[in-house]
Amino acid sequence: MSDVIKIKKGLDIRLKGKAEKVFGSAAMPELYAIKPGDFPGLVPKLAVKPGDKVKAGSVLFYDKYRTDIKFVSPVSGEVQLVNRGERRRILEVVVKSDNQNEAEKFGAVDPKQVSKTEAVEKILASGMWPFLRQRPYNVVANPADTPKAIFISAFDSAPLAPDYDFIVAGQEKEFQAGVDVLNKLTDGGVNIGINNEMASKAFVSVSGAKTQAFSGPHPAGNVGIQIHHVSPINKGEVYWTIQPQEVISLGKLFLSGSYDASRIIAITGSEVKNRNYVKTKVGALIKPYIENNIEEGSLRFISGNVLSGSNIGKDGYIGSYDSQLTVIPEGDQHDFMGWAAPGLKKFSVSKSFFSWLCPNKEYALNANLNGGPRAIIMSGQYDKVLPMDILPEHLIKAIITEDIDKMEQLGIYEVAEEDMALCEFVCTSKLEIQSILRKGIDVMIKEMS
Amino acid sequence: MKALRNYLDKIKPNFEKGGKFEKLHSTFDAFETFLFTPKTTSKTGVHIHDAIDSKRTMSVVVLALIPALLFGIWNTGYQHFLALGETAEFWQMVGYGALKVLPIVVVSYVVGLGIEFMFAQMRGHEVAEGFLVSGMLIPLVLPADIPLWMVAVATAFAVIIGKEVFGGTGMNIWNPALVARAFLFFAYPSKMSGDVIWVSGMSKGEGIVDGFSGATPLGNVITGKLDLLPTTLESFIGTIPGSIGETSTLAILIGAVILLATGIGNWKIMLSVFAGGYLMALGFNAIGTTDAMNVDAIQQLCLGGFAFGAVFMATDPVSGSRTETGKYIYGFLIGVFAIMIRVFNPAYPEGVMLAILLMNTFAPLIDHTIVQQNIKRRLKRVKVNA
Repeated sequence: MSDVIKIKKGLDIRLKGKAEKVFGSAAMPELYAIKPGDFPGLVPKLAVKPGDKVKAGSVLFYDKYRTDIKFVSPVSGEVQLVNRGERRRILEVVVKSDNQNEAEKFGAVDPKQVSKTEAVEKILASGMWPFLRQRPYNVVANPADTPKAIFISAFDSAPLAPDYDFIVAGQEKEFQAGVDVLNKLTDGGVNIGINNEMASKAFVSVSGAKTQAFSGPHPAGNVGIQIHHVSPINKGEVYWTIQPQEVISLGKLFLSGSYDASRIIAITGSEVKNRNYVKTKVGALIKPYIENNIEEGSLRFISGNVLSGSNIGKDGYIGSYDSQLTVIPEGDQHDFMGWAAPGLKKFSVSKSFFSWLCPNKEYALNANLNGGPRAIIMSGQYDKVLPMDILPEHLIKAIITEDIDKMEQLGIYEVAEEDMALCEFVCTSKLEIQSILRKGIDVMIKEMS
Repeated sequence: MKALRNYLDKIKPNFEKGGKFEKLHSTFDAFETFLFTPKTTSKTGVHIHDAIDSKRTMSVVVLALIPALLFGIWNTGYQHFLALGETAEFWQMVGYGALKVLPIVVVSYVVGLGIEFMFAQMRGHEVAEGFLVSGMLIPLVLPADIPLWMVAVATAFAVIIGKEVFGGTGMNIWNPALVARAFLFFAYPSKMSGDVIWVSGMSKGEGIVDGFSGATPLGNVITGKLDLLPTTLESFIGTIPGSIGETSTLAILIGAVILLATGIGNWKIMLSVFAGGYLMALGFNAIGTTDAMNVDAIQQLCLGGFAFGAVFMATDPVSGSRTETGKYIYGFLIGVFAIMIRVFNPAYPEGVMLAILLMNTFAPLIDHTIVQQNIKRRLKRVKVNA
């Protein structure tokens, strides 16, 4: 193991509501949904209609422009409904579980013996391909590419994030099998970014992968930051990324021959009464986990963390890539002279609120903007929370002005929304950095293809 | 509070589109958000936001300006009675100063905010808070005897030409308060420079005691009256003639502490302005061929608007350099130019204003250089790998 990479810039937001490391006993939900919206840039084409019987691994929809990329059902049962939004855009394909756990058979293969083409075909056929994402752009990888390397971040540093060491414990064999498969897909090897303070045996003792320890505040655990520090992305290069639980699923696919959509999810946030981990499946309805388990009031339910997760509402489903549910107050009320108050309960990077006097306090923050949108006024705020050799403000301005050359020159290939989420958090002018960045990425994808 | 909230909710529809007072929407919104932070929650991206907003930021800066304002009020009275050779009580001085200074503050705010509200309504924006700071800065960089109509004209010029033509707060090239001062300086030089304007009441020339000159220390330096120069301690405390808020380095440093402790003012810029000015003054001391070159380097930093400019003007994030490395260069050059103008140019004993305006102009160029370096580093990486 090489030296620890110390991340200096960044910010740990001390939120109230970390999950206790025990498994909860909530019943498995009946409904599961796969949401095309979780996959940026995807144009889905439906393969089923309500009433169709499906098994775990049966295709629900596929990518209209890359038809071999399939999105499959996590459970066996029946397609309950297809939720559509504006202009009949598909929002969710909902499957009602029959609790039979039947799965499509794709055939077991020894991960060490499998050839590259065979591995790619199997991953595509099983519907696990979307879990491989590529940088630049942070979109579903292209099966025709051979990535320069594959990166896995073995820890999540976001607020209230789940502890992967706890999640992966006991699944070392499957994780190893997954890494073996990934090794077939690239010539550049598999890199695992681990937390310097603690890292589970599954990560440290894995063979066939390079481990690199990181220390420091969020976003040290973001795979984009880790790539930047190990081997920064240049124009024309492609890296793939995948998350630890997905590696385990991939390992299981090759060991058992069927798609196992099991996930362990942390139930977190200040408004949850019993905060713990639950064993569930991809796309689970959150209802069983919040029933009689949340505080009163107007709440926001987030699949993922508070920085880059998505607002799913109380009847929502966990996103395909997420391992966390966060419930926070909505905060949709007025605050009298809020800008002038001493602000002991308010969290701010600036010391203009007296809450800095209690450095270890944990906060129950809500979704209020805490101000109105303005033109960019303060400078240097973004730089302090983006541990990359990138000038975030200038990149954002290049995107706003749609200057493609500048975007490329200033490093748009190296960042994804989650990497710049903290910039959005600290912004005095309340700019929607992540959505601006995604627009920039969309422009780049369009121009470059 | 509840009653007030209910009242606001009741009258709000009048100010919405189609309401009776539609034209006052921005004004209503400004007052409403002043009383109650809006209930808007995040729609995309992050679900939680830092508690800071532009109102908080600007009010911290205004707070940091208060020590300089209070000292300025007292000093205006103190200098006045000194000039008359009368002894006066503390409260008499404060009272006299307040009568002179507060009207300037009021005029600056009323004129500036009035124009801001109009532009916000025309553009359909929320009223930006930037002028809360500019409106306080403008009085503090003016002499106490300035006619109020000039304050009004200068403020209007600064807000319209200095800021709104560029698109409002956040878009301007120069610091609006300095634009106001520069406007007066060039349009009405007799009211902005010379010996008699700095002490309130002196321009009328009534009952001035013999030997009281009323010139600012910098004016004395230029005219070679080095024997009239105050001690370094006096210029640090600020019991000298000058613009309302600029004389007391002590009061300004209290403001600097507030800005730095809250993280709102940029220490890189402040430090480099002082460093640039100090080194330049030391350099001139070494040459030492004219009177102006021989002024002690520390005293140079305490005289005129140097400290005020370094702490409150140079650190304006909008008109200053926006890259972290650029801030050192930007600040350093402000310090260097301020002292250089002071020493070499007898027509403008106060070089800080011009130095900052000059560097405001060049800040984008500095940033451009830094950005190009970042781009080059990224391109080099590709070449190394290839």
